[in-house]
Amino acid sequence: MVVSERSLASISKEELGKLLYQMILIRRFEEKAAEMYARGKIRGFLHLYIGQEAVGVGVISRLRADDYIYSHYREHGQAIARGLDPKAIMAELFGKATGVSRGLGGSMHIFDISKRFMGGYAIVAGHMPLACGTALAQKHLGTDAVTVSILGDGAVNEGAFHEALNLAAVWKLPVLFLCENNFYGMGTAMSRVSASTDIYKRAEAYGIRSEQVDGMDVIEVAKKTEQALQLIRRGEGPYFLEAITYRFRGHSMADPELYRDKSEVDHWRQNDPIKTFSDALIQGGMFNQGEIEVVWKKVEEEVEEAARFADESPFPDVSTLTNHMYAPSPLDNLQTEGPLDA
Amino acid sequence: MPEMLIREALREAIREEMLANERVILMGEDVGPYGGAYGVSKGLLEEFGPDRIIDTPISELGFVGAGIGAAMAGLRPIVEIMTINFSFLALDQIINSASKIHYMFGGQVSVPVVIRMASGARLSVGAQHSHSIEGWFAHVPGLKVAVPSNPADSKGLLKTAMRDENPVIFIENTASYGMKGEVPEGEYYVPFGKARIARQGKDVTIIGYSGSVIEATKAGELLAQEDIDAEVIDLRTLRPLDKEAILESVKKTGRCVVVEHAWRFGGFGAEIAAIIQEEAFDYLDAPVGRVAGVEVPMPYSMPLEVAALPTGEQVVEAVRALF
Ligand SMILES: Cc1ncc(C[n+]2csc(CCOP(=O)(O)OP(=O)(O)O)c2C)c(N)n1
Ligand SMILES: [Mg+2]
Repeated sequence: MVVSERSLASISKEELGKLLYQMILIRRFEEKAAEMYARGKIRGFLHLYIGQEAVGVGVISRLRADDYIYSHYREHGQAIARGLDPKAIMAELFGKATGVSRGLGGSMHIFDISKRFMGGYAIVAGHMPLACGTALAQKHLGTDAVTVSILGDGAVNEGAFHEALNLAAVWKLPVLFLCENNFYGMGTAMSRVSASTDIYKRAEAYGIRSEQVDGMDVIEVAKKTEQALQLIRRGEGPYFLEAITYRFRGHSMADPELYRDKSEVDHWRQNDPIKTFSDALIQGGMFNQGEIEVVWKKVEEEVEEAARFADESPFPDVSTLTNHMYAPSPLDNLQTEGPLDA
Repeated sequence: MPEMLIREALREAIREEMLANERVILMGEDVGPYGGAYGVSKGLLEEFGPDRIIDTPISELGFVGAGIGAAMAGLRPIVEIMTINFSFLALDQIINSASKIHYMFGGQVSVPVVIRMASGARLSVGAQHSHSIEGWFAHVPGLKVAVPSNPADSKGLLKTAMRDENPVIFIENTASYGMKGEVPEGEYYVPFGKARIARQGKDVTIIGYSGSVIEATKAGELLAQEDIDAEVIDLRTLRPLDKEAILESVKKTGRCVVVEHAWRFGGFGAEIAAIIQEEAFDYLDAPVGRVAGVEVPMPYSMPLEVAALPTGEQVVEAVRALF
């Protein structure tokens, strides 16, 4: 599963550098987040994306600014790949007023409307119908924007998964379903609770074009995404990508990981998507070791800056607790029944 | 009496009932090798095997419904929903099926299923993982709702739930699994519909359930320093509700404050206030007070989450306002 040199050749050095930068930024950002968690700066659940960086970076690199993304709770990495400000993401993890969701959401609820990053959601599969609705709106409005719905392997046994697939297929909605199959839902191996473990075949059953992709290879992911997006934008309905990947860390921060062998984890770590991509870039002559070290250094500065910003930012004022409960509506002050005044 | 944590008391109850009756099974997400999201089922798979300790897919509607169907055909399932937040996905099965089947089919079949779930906030897990909707379930005739607040009641109420012929919604407080306390050994059943007087007093009645018993008790202690002698009632079950204990206490004290983590509007506290004004109006020296969660989805940010939940001090203030 080594990144193929031939496919690298078709991509500009600048773009390759950007993919590498984002993957390393996600890696270091999350390692920093784990450190901040241990120091009590981040609380509650913190689900790390480490090991899966090639999936989010590869897919999101192919999107346009007017495309939408919905994800689940393991979403910091995807948010970074989408270009959300790492400072504001870190501040969200700290629960600060400067966070992307103003400290109200936390790690599982990263959201930035300006990037059409439509949120992390903490109910498994719960966001998939929302993505269908957003795609329905795009179709209705006559745009060719695509909505991406990112889910885990654990989501595929929920009713919402099946209802969303059916809706997307029957209405020919411009949705790209991206299933990140990391083999486990919390402590349960997919194979122990799923009658069929070829997830992409479930999409086929709904008449949705689908395929598997090596989720540890950022270029492969980007290429398959490109093809999928072309079809979707042409009006051919939804597409389902199953990315085979692995999370290197526990499910959340307090996970003794008794459900998997250390040797299995080590095996996957050998195939670290950042390392294989860096090696391929060097072997292909696109980057030298020194240039890659510069990337790590630049990332380091950005991550330190994010942590400093988050730490120095204020908590939301308690007086704001009930702000944003209802959006103001034009008829809020309507006093009597009958027609509206001209 | 041995001391144990709430999670251990729950495990002991499950274990004892499983030993007593082969037809008891436990199913839910990660209840097997993982031992349950809150560690309640640790070791049970090893002892009872995979036919009785069943890991389910993440499909709450499916496996809760399966628990109900199994109960209709002679098993005694305990279904664990990882947290109360995911019970929303199974509400159809719980309300449209479990709560109605005995009545709708003229009593021909009963539904002895226990549906356990972890409820409440205070763990900084945000808006979609911090619900306190005990009162929603209590609203539904046909369900019984148990809401223990300590280790002994956790064991005793769960054992009683598992002997009940009806669907029991058994709600555990997420933030309390590590609470330690004395638990009677062996056969120990706590009756449904019998509240616990956590503190005897004569000046005011403070009522709590599940996690809010902590604030109710704290308020009782604080008030004692001001020479206000509070009686603290832990409801233990919301349905059936121990009306007698509430009314008896209020008739003695003439004042009452209800404490709950749930949203105030349309909450269970309102039901208690209504019962008191219907049945003990003449004994009241002041309106029934309510201390409840602020009506927002639970914010993640710690200072906001703290501000959104009741405190013992707020209960004290609410009591003072009655004098
Ligand atoms: C409806 C629902 N049920 C259960 C949970 C608890 N839970 C959180 S994450 C998770 C595992 C999901 O696994 P997967 O979809 O594979 O995503 P991964 O964590 O592997 O990225 C579970 C069971 C939940 N959040 N929502
Ligand atoms: Mg998974």
